[in-house]
Amino acid sequence: MSAMTPGAVTAKTDARPELPPAGQVYVARSRVEILEFFRQKEALVFTLIFPSLLLLIFGAVLNFELAPGLTFVQYFMAGMVASGVLASGFQNLAITIAIERSEGRLKRLSGTPMPKSAYFVGKIVQVIVVGVATIALLFVVGVAVYGVDLPSTAAKWATLVWVTLLGLAACSLLGIAFSSAIKNGKSAPAIVTPIALVLQFTSGVFFVFTDLPEWMQNFAAIFPLKWLTQGMRAAFLPDSFAAQEAAGSFELGRVALVLGAWTFVGMVLCVLVFRWRDRADG
Amino acid sequence: MTTDSPHVDQQIPAAPAQVDVAISVRGLRKTYGAHVAVASLDLDIVRGEIFALLGPNGAGKTTTVEILEGYRRRDAGEVNVLGVDPAKADARWKSRIGIVLQSKGGDSELTVAETVRVQAAYFADPRPVEEVIGLVGLTDKLKARASSLSGGQQRRLDVALGIVGRPRLLFLDEPTTGFDPEARRQFWELIRQLRELGTTMLLTTHYLDEAEALADRVGVIAAGTLVEVGIPAELGGRHLAPARVHWVEDGQRREQTTATPTAVVHALSQRLGGEIPELAVQRPSLEDIYLQMIGQPA
Repeated sequence: MSAMTPGAVTAKTDARPELPPAGQVYVARSRVEILEFFRQKEALVFTLIFPSLLLLIFGAVLNFELAPGLTFVQYFMAGMVASGVLASGFQNLAITIAIERSEGRLKRLSGTPMPKSAYFVGKIVQVIVVGVATIALLFVVGVAVYGVDLPSTAAKWATLVWVTLLGLAACSLLGIAFSSAIKNGKSAPAIVTPIALVLQFTSGVFFVFTDLPEWMQNFAAIFPLKWLTQGMRAAFLPDSFAAQEAAGSFELGRVALVLGAWTFVGMVLCVLVFRWRDRADG
Repeated sequence: MTTDSPHVDQQIPAAPAQVDVAISVRGLRKTYGAHVAVASLDLDIVRGEIFALLGPNGAGKTTTVEILEGYRRRDAGEVNVLGVDPAKADARWKSRIGIVLQSKGGDSELTVAETVRVQAAYFADPRPVEEVIGLVGLTDKLKARASSLSGGQQRRLDVALGIVGRPRLLFLDEPTTGFDPEARRQFWELIRQLRELGTTMLLTTHYLDEAEALADRVGVIAAGTLVEVGIPAELGGRHLAPARVHWVEDGQRREQTTATPTAVVHALSQRLGGEIPELAVQRPSLEDIYLQMIGQPA
């Protein structure tokens, strides 16, 4: 009996393990990402509800006419939908991934056989669900409280959909990449939130874009939010308003180009800078 | 599940050459800048055994273990874990190991059951989720948020995540740090149950009693080198070391160091007429040996 070490038992059962199908892991990751988001009070308030809250407050204060028959709330709605996209993609991911990295949760994941892609698939699904929920809530508040007009034609709905999706893609990838720049997860909200605020003030969310000083317009034009907001105005404002844009049109081609370029840049940055471990961890 | 089956560490041979090797390390070296974390480390861990790596903080325990887990790159040496170099390991290899890291996993808003279930999804043939949760004693916490668990319960959840994939090899990095004595005893029972399921374990700890209670063999690591490997009872020649006999005679404390304490006690008993006042026979404790090895005064 002395030869019956536990090792002799396990040696016989050493069949080659197989891995589960990737699709199964994608579904499992997506499920927990959605669950975790909706159970975090901070995330719910600051990402999902905050844009609607701002719409409520600013709509009550800045309820002036921008053009005959066009209220500022209608203009602000486009800005808030764009901000919702920024919040769901950029703020949400930059903050939560920085925290997950600091807490060692990413390190743990990377020690499991989970395909690395499954983590990102889960985040993408979460961002889409959160983004759609944020926008839906804005629609409800905007229509019920301020009688905001939703996009009036199929073409405008199509604009809303593609600008939203491309915006979510660019903002998500930039958020994932930016999380690597945050050393300590605890300070993530304090670092990320001001960035979003500065972009919102300079990109034509809180103010009419063409009212801003030219240098501010030029600054904002570097970043995605200005283009995201402009694309949303194409969906929410009448075509006649296009003449009042800085370029005399909504420039949808350029919106697609800039958001597409940021998506590409975000992807490259993710590949270059994404890390599964905290810097303090060697 | 029987937890109190007779389990005698001392009967397992120190290095059974005929049995499969789970971990084999030769000349491992890792430096961080000018700091040498691991100098030149050799180690063999046999399948089915519990091996405890014992050493003070900063001795190189975690660096060594994280190299074996595939987290860190080494500067030199050969490393083989379950037949694979961890630096080149793929998901298939990761599905055969389980890792319980030193740090806790953060405050997840998932429940215990959800946390284990998603981990199980990474494996082709996981243990049933309820079974694993039962094994770590968290059945009554099935629907509790992971963030609401106590430190000891969170560590148990960590172990559940480590074993749900039926690992052949389980890494436990200081698993009971911060436990109260009762939680530590319960945790030891869990580890013994896992051994009965045939899991090889590499455990790091700085608790000597933990190493003595659980490990088949103990390796003492100091300043990045493995200074000694042995079964706990024989570590550092402890079983061969002379015993010290203490007693009181004529109001004086007496002490004698001897290789034959029984004969000394017998002679004393005859001389003092039966009962020996304040008799004590001491052999060096694991702690004495350990402190000697890591170069600190006992």
